Amino acid sequence: MNIDDIDELAQKHRDKYAGIETEVRVCMATSCQSSGAPLVFEALTGAQKAQGPGTCRVKGVGCMGLCSAGPMVAVAKKDEPPELEVLYREVKPEDAADILASVGGAPVARIHFPTDAPFFTRQQRIVRENTGIIDPESFTGYVAVGGYRSMVQTLTEMTPGAVVAEVTTSGLRGRGGGGYPTGLKWSTIAKMPVGQKYVICNADEGDPGAFMDRAILESDPHRVLEGMAIAAYAIGANKGYVYLRAEYPLAVERVETAIRKAKRAGFLGNHICETQFNFDVEIRLGAGAFVCGEETALMASIEGNRGQPKPRPPYPAESGLWGYPTLINNVETFANITSIIRNGGEWYAGIGTERSKGAKVFALAGAISNIGLIEVPMGITLREIIEEIGGGIPNGKAFKAVQTGGPSGGCIPAQHLDIPVDYDSLKTLGTIMGSGGMIVMDETSDMVDVARYFMEFCMTESCGKCVPCRTGTQQMHGLLDTIAKGQGTHKDLALLEELCEVVQATSLCGLGQTAPNPVLSTLRFFRDEYEQKLIAE
Amino acid sequence: MPPLAATPASVRVVTLNIDGKDYSARADETIIEVCRENKIPIPSLCYLDGLSIWAGCRLCLVEMAGQSRLFAACSTQVTEGMTVSTNTERLQRYRRTIVELLFAERSHVCSVCVSNGHCELQFMAQKCGVDHVRVPYRQVRNQVDSSHEAFRLDHNRCILCTRCVRVCDEIEGAHTWDVMGRGSDCQVITDLARPWGESDTCTGCGKCVQVCPTGALVKQGTSAGEMVKDKHFLPILARRRHAQ
Ligand SMILES: Cc1cc2nc3c(=O)[nH]c(=O)nc-3n(C[C@H](O)[C@H](O)[C@H](O)COP(=O)(O)O)c2cc1C
Ligand code: SF4
Ligand code: SF4
Ligand code: SF4
Ligand code: FES
Ligand code: FES
Repeated sequence: MNIDDIDELAQKHRDKYAGIETEVRVCMATSCQSSGAPLVFEALTGAQKAQGPGTCRVKGVGCMGLCSAGPMVAVAKKDEPPELEVLYREVKPEDAADILASVGGAPVARIHFPTDAPFFTRQQRIVRENTGIIDPESFTGYVAVGGYRSMVQTLTEMTPGAVVAEVTTSGLRGRGGGGYPTGLKWSTIAKMPVGQKYVICNADEGDPGAFMDRAILESDPHRVLEGMAIAAYAIGANKGYVYLRAEYPLAVERVETAIRKAKRAGFLGNHICETQFNFDVEIRLGAGAFVCGEETALMASIEGNRGQPKPRPPYPAESGLWGYPTLINNVETFANITSIIRNGGEWYAGIGTERSKGAKVFALAGAISNIGLIEVPMGITLREIIEEIGGGIPNGKAFKAVQTGGPSGGCIPAQHLDIPVDYDSLKTLGTIMGSGGMIVMDETSDMVDVARYFMEFCMTESCGKCVPCRTGTQQMHGLLDTIAKGQGTHKDLALLEELCEVVQATSLCGLGQTAPNPVLSTLRFFRDEYEQKLIAE
Repeated sequence: MPPLAATPASVRVVTLNIDGKDYSARADETIIEVCRENKIPIPSLCYLDGLSIWAGCRLCLVEMAGQSRLFAACSTQVTEGMTVSTNTERLQRYRRTIVELLFAERSHVCSVCVSNGHCELQFMAQKCGVDHVRVPYRQVRNQVDSSHEAFRLDHNRCILCTRCVRVCDEIEGAHTWDVMGRGSDCQVITDLARPWGESDTCTGCGKCVQVCPTGALVKQGTSAGEMVKDKHFLPILARRRHAQ
């Protein structure tokens, strides 16, 4: 199979729906499903059947981003950009007839959600380009929008070295939290001697409040598989694992379906698209321990051992799964690859800032009007994200801080809201980009309490292997608790700060090394809140 | 006749600098091995010559020139030109805190412990200059398992170094021990968390008792200060195994 063949295949699939002009898209991702989307879908298909065959098609799609306003339904002319669609929020099965009747006319006002708001216009959709548009359970639906074209192109027209070079040019950095240059990682493993190598997709997503990866896997699973296959070709691997947490049953089901359908179509497995390239993918379920997102613990878990980190070096690139060179990337990292191959590394490098390229998906949560998922270009300011895209703080409250990077990150107060969102700027403020969780806090938040909450998370998620993390997080949590209850002394605060330093410097893995960050960061910007709570010795 | 051309050695020899002095070492050695060989003291609790590396106690951390992060001497291989500091003021402070954290985690009342005077944790406290503990004691009562006819396990003294787990698996081949739980709830267990005395896998060899650094694993019938351990069998046994 070559590029022309896949283009022809895509055209064939488009022709099948040539008579359709309008699509009524129902979000069938986790959040909307739990607020009743399946019933809405049934009602819409029922009403549409009653109308008889026409130019309108009801279809289940992935997450549209406004998860807290679900069930979401969009009515769109086929092939129109998502900004032009008519969007409905909190749709009930009773609205089905009205929605279908409104096609081509005025929107149903009572449930209409205007799409000219900054929430839609300010986004830049790269990994989410198909999300909310295609049916995630359909293999042909993915091919019809140009899916697997990048893979066919790499297999038939590019050398592995050229693929690595393209990814390096793009400037893509890992989206799992660390921001390690993806091209550099790929080239290291590509340079390891020929032999058994593995590709792992890290879909463990353990940060509280983060659900970016879940949405990608539920909405466009083939995209991630395609990224993995391209990576496997580039580094010389023939086997891949998607390490997915078992708490994401819908994502598991969709990825399983995607793997099965891709295999049946010859897009995974042996002799992919009639080339010499073999690549097989399996799912491994994680039991939901946060530390199993850490790469060495994750690999121990895949090997069937206790999910506990090991000292690095050796890095997975050299000695990973069962001791073989292993590439491990995050879901969103893999999801960027097909766009980079299609449009070129230069194109990608043109988006974002000097050292942080492309766009990033964030999960907005907490005290913000538009709770949900957004994809924005790197370099956008926090103010734009919170005040414009997020719609500001609800209930007339004032903004206080925003936490990025979850339990490994820190908070950013109002005076720094104009900072551009990129890996390096966030670091200067003592926080990290992280995987994309963004928790907004209003004036009613107590920052000592925030620090205590994250410390409790780290304390219970510590794997217990190393002393500073296992016992240090517990001691820090105890001290934070004492201070929060108004029983702490200046000596307690000094001890807390010292433990922060020790745990950060001496812990074995990233969990312990970053566990003090929320404390250090709240101390940096809100020290007075700690001091007000202290009592004299 | 010229001699046959030498086959290149499979491991290189490197030179490194530790605390201002130069040493030579094989490139497959770790920093702690080179230190032990040259009598440079480095505190350690989980490391034991002859067992696999665990890197959990973090007492052996050292500073390395040109690197801001610290490295565990037990799990870091030497490289050519490496410059290591093993005993800076900062390291001493961290080590003291780690030992304090261990003392506060469970109950270590040395005066009544059978290992009093022969305990590596106690010894480490002296070596690191820990004369008092600043963090609050947790004061949780843990179980004692006396079900084994010859040995006793007292979780109150366990520091979770996993030496017992490793020696039983790697040297004795029984794999009786494992770790259960997360964070400070971690516990060493025998078989599937059944009483030790009911274990079908334990051969009663006593290796775990001998390598345990504290009074967590002891012989039955010992009283305060009586439990003296012997670890000398281990390196010899481990080397013999590897030589085979
Ligand atoms: C405690 C801990 C938890 C982590 N959890 C995740 C996770 O849930 N998902 C993820 O992609 N990376 C996670 N990481 C980062 C991974 O170790 C690894 O760096 C990442 O998967 C590499 O992929 P990337 O280069 O594409 O970012 C975690 C790291 C630590 C220390
Ligand atoms: S830092 Fe925490 S999670 Fe990481 S190895 Fe140590 S105890 Fe386990
Ligand atoms: S006595 Fe021997 S076999 Fe039994 S648990 Fe200890 S090391 Fe393992
Ligand atoms: S019982 Fe002894 S050897 Fe085993 S983990 Fe505890 S302290 Fe270490
Ligand atoms: S789950 Fe439906 S919009 Fe996100
Ligand atoms: S001896 Fe190196 S970490 Fe315990």
